[in-house]
Amino acid sequence: MGKRIGMEVGIAAAEAVALCNIDVAAVYPITPQSHIAEHMADIIHDGRIDAEFITVESEHSSISACAGASATGARVYTATSSQGLMLMHEILPIVSAMRLPVVMGNANRAVSGPLNIWNDHTDIMPQRDSGWICLFTENGQEVIDLSIMAFKIAEDPEVMLPTVVNIDGFQLTHMIEPLEFPTQAQVNKFLPDRKPFATLHPDNPMTMGCFNMPDVFTETMKAKDTALRNSKKTIVKVFNEWGKQFGRKYNVVETYKAKDAETLILTMGSMGETASIAVDELRKAGKKVGLVKLRLWRPFPVDELRAAIKGCKTLIVMDRAISFGGAGGPVATEIKSLLFHDKGRPRIVDFLMGLGGRDVTVEDFIAMVERAKKKKDETYEYYGVRE
Amino acid sequence: MAKKKTEQKKWPEKWHEVTPGCMVFEPGNAANYKTGSWKAQRPVLDTKKCIKCGMCYIFCPEACIQEDAEGFFQADLGYCKGCGICAHECWPGAIAMVEEEE
Amino acid sequence: MNTVQNFEIFAPKLVDRKEYFSAGHRACQGCGEVLALRLLLKALGEDVVVANATGCMEIISTAYPQTAWLHPYIHVAFENAAAVGSGVEAGLKALRRKGKIADRDVKTIAIAGDGGTADIGLQALSGAMERGHDMIFFCLDNEAYMNTGIQRSSATPFMAATTTSPAGEAIPGQRTGKKNVPEIMVAHKVPYVATACPSYPIDLINKVKKAKAVKGPAYIHIFSMCPTGWRCASEITVKLGRLVVETGVFPLYEVENGKYRITMEIPEKLRPVGDYLKPQGRFRHLSPSNIETIQGRVNREWEILLNKVECMQPW
Repeated sequence: MGKRIGMEVGIAAAEAVALCNIDVAAVYPITPQSHIAEHMADIIHDGRIDAEFITVESEHSSISACAGASATGARVYTATSSQGLMLMHEILPIVSAMRLPVVMGNANRAVSGPLNIWNDHTDIMPQRDSGWICLFTENGQEVIDLSIMAFKIAEDPEVMLPTVVNIDGFQLTHMIEPLEFPTQAQVNKFLPDRKPFATLHPDNPMTMGCFNMPDVFTETMKAKDTALRNSKKTIVKVFNEWGKQFGRKYNVVETYKAKDAETLILTMGSMGETASIAVDELRKAGKKVGLVKLRLWRPFPVDELRAAIKGCKTLIVMDRAISFGGAGGPVATEIKSLLFHDKGRPRIVDFLMGLGGRDVTVEDFIAMVERAKKKKDETYEYYGVRE
Repeated sequence: MAKKKTEQKKWPEKWHEVTPGCMVFEPGNAANYKTGSWKAQRPVLDTKKCIKCGMCYIFCPEACIQEDAEGFFQADLGYCKGCGICAHECWPGAIAMVEEEE
Repeated sequence: MNTVQNFEIFAPKLVDRKEYFSAGHRACQGCGEVLALRLLLKALGEDVVVANATGCMEIISTAYPQTAWLHPYIHVAFENAAAVGSGVEAGLKALRRKGKIADRDVKTIAIAGDGGTADIGLQALSGAMERGHDMIFFCLDNEAYMNTGIQRSSATPFMAATTTSPAGEAIPGQRTGKKNVPEIMVAHKVPYVATACPSYPIDLINKVKKAKAVKGPAYIHIFSMCPTGWRCASEITVKLGRLVVETGVFPLYEVENGKYRITMEIPEKLRPVGDYLKPQGRFRHLSPSNIETIQGRVNREWEILLNKVECMQPW
């Protein structure tokens, strides 16, 4: 076990990325990601790592610059949040289509309007069709570990896909936690230099970014989708490798007291910790409640989810985003759709909660479990909204 | 001009044959597409008038005019689109645009 | 038959024969923009990486699985050529410094049309130039969004007809004049800014070589004749490029560290602008009084440029 130090998680994210021997970082500041950007600048300006820090003039340019740099074979990093991520939206599917292994830290924050700088998942959900690998972190240690693993996953020759690591804005980015950093030597061993599939260099000229006529576009789309689906194998492999080297084992779907649970709560991100305390209290009161935490959002780990919820009667999905006028929160909608044909699938209850940074306490989780029992209609519900 | 014209299928037939990211590793393979069929007129050089200055070579948007063994500049009709710039710019008037019969 | 003027050192057959843009591209017959591209790539030679914006040049050259480019090339989107170029430049710089790629100069260039430069691409261009990347930005200006069907851009000239600024009964064509992007670049203190035209190939080639030698940002605005969009015969492409310069509508000049210099022969009197406007269908709705108005504007702009040549000091 290494030494544990107290550090703000946003700063720790920058420190973890610095361990990864990145070549280029192009970051545009936005609350609550700004500490990541600022600390990245500190590290580079102090010469602690040898990298180019591009002070781009917008997030659209930061992701574009990352694409250009990644195409030359450089290891690149960017970070953003909310409106910044929405501004990148146009380019995200292009980066994944071009198979460029850009790694991005996303400080989850509500999307305007109206403007709200606090935490929810409405920024990452609109990007779910973009073809990026999408991971969620629950605490500061996971931020460090997953940020480093993200490079290994993205750059794997079987994958070659950009990866986003979600960190709840303020709720996680601004928390000071006791954290353990791997040493530089350990990271060097885990994450060797990037070996790009193709690079932009006159020694080997090639063309990136062709356009597709209708005759070949469908095939290209299937190829990209298949690459993303297959990346789960590598993600699991990398998680196992990390577990072996550092003793912290990650799973694409985490469970807590779920084995004999009749009711399961499903969370993503930092609220998993609060939910687990609620589960403990409910268990003490004799209720058979458990917790499922989705770490991997894209590609969606449906097999692992099925295994985790086996035998449960009710699955309460905690959605922190909305699809206005639609079927409900994106996570519940996705799960309902995937399990539609499964015999013996659980009843799925969809709560929209924690929007725009509204605090969700242990009591709230307990109340939602109660509410799920009483709820008669199966439409989604805004937990705690003042009617 | 194209260096080497390689035989190539029009596009990959199956989805797993598409290169990652639709990357193309054969620089200049657009030369496999002969744009010469586009033309309605073709340039005809009168070698008696040609002064071998190379103006037509420099102004051809297709880069299809090349110096032959005798130093005359001739258009490669496989690519020539018949735009007429060479004929228009040739100041001894050595190039004439002639209707393509089809 | 035309007489070619302004010979100087004019030996086209001596220009390097190597082509960096293969035939077989799908540009229109008589495309002035692809001619400009062919010449600038020839002038750049080896050791170049190209970042291109969506536009005519991208579409005519990269229909998967074909490419007309012999240089390493990347296209991402419409408005970010300068941003992608910034990333390429930074990536190459970092990798070379860390010994991961060959230790020799490789120039990054970004190419965009007038839309991808002056309109949707202006932000990325401004940011890249302000940051001072070692990159040449080429604007291939055909004065409208040609690839999407001839819609107006801020580089469309005064009173030109485009599909979104048509010569209508109430409003006769484009209502504003051409945005002066080279001026904007000079305001960014770009060390080398120049205008060029493929009808003056040696001048264009020399300017590109100068830009390549700059250790820092450079900007070249290249007039790109478009017979399809301007509704004129394809064979007069090169001639139009000469007329636009001789009438003073698009003067050829360069600005080195703030010092302006005209790189064409300065005429006693500019050729009448009607000579340039009349062969083009996009100007066919102009009345004689419209042409007079335009002549006034051209004369004024020319005076302003001559003043700059006289008064601007290098910074």
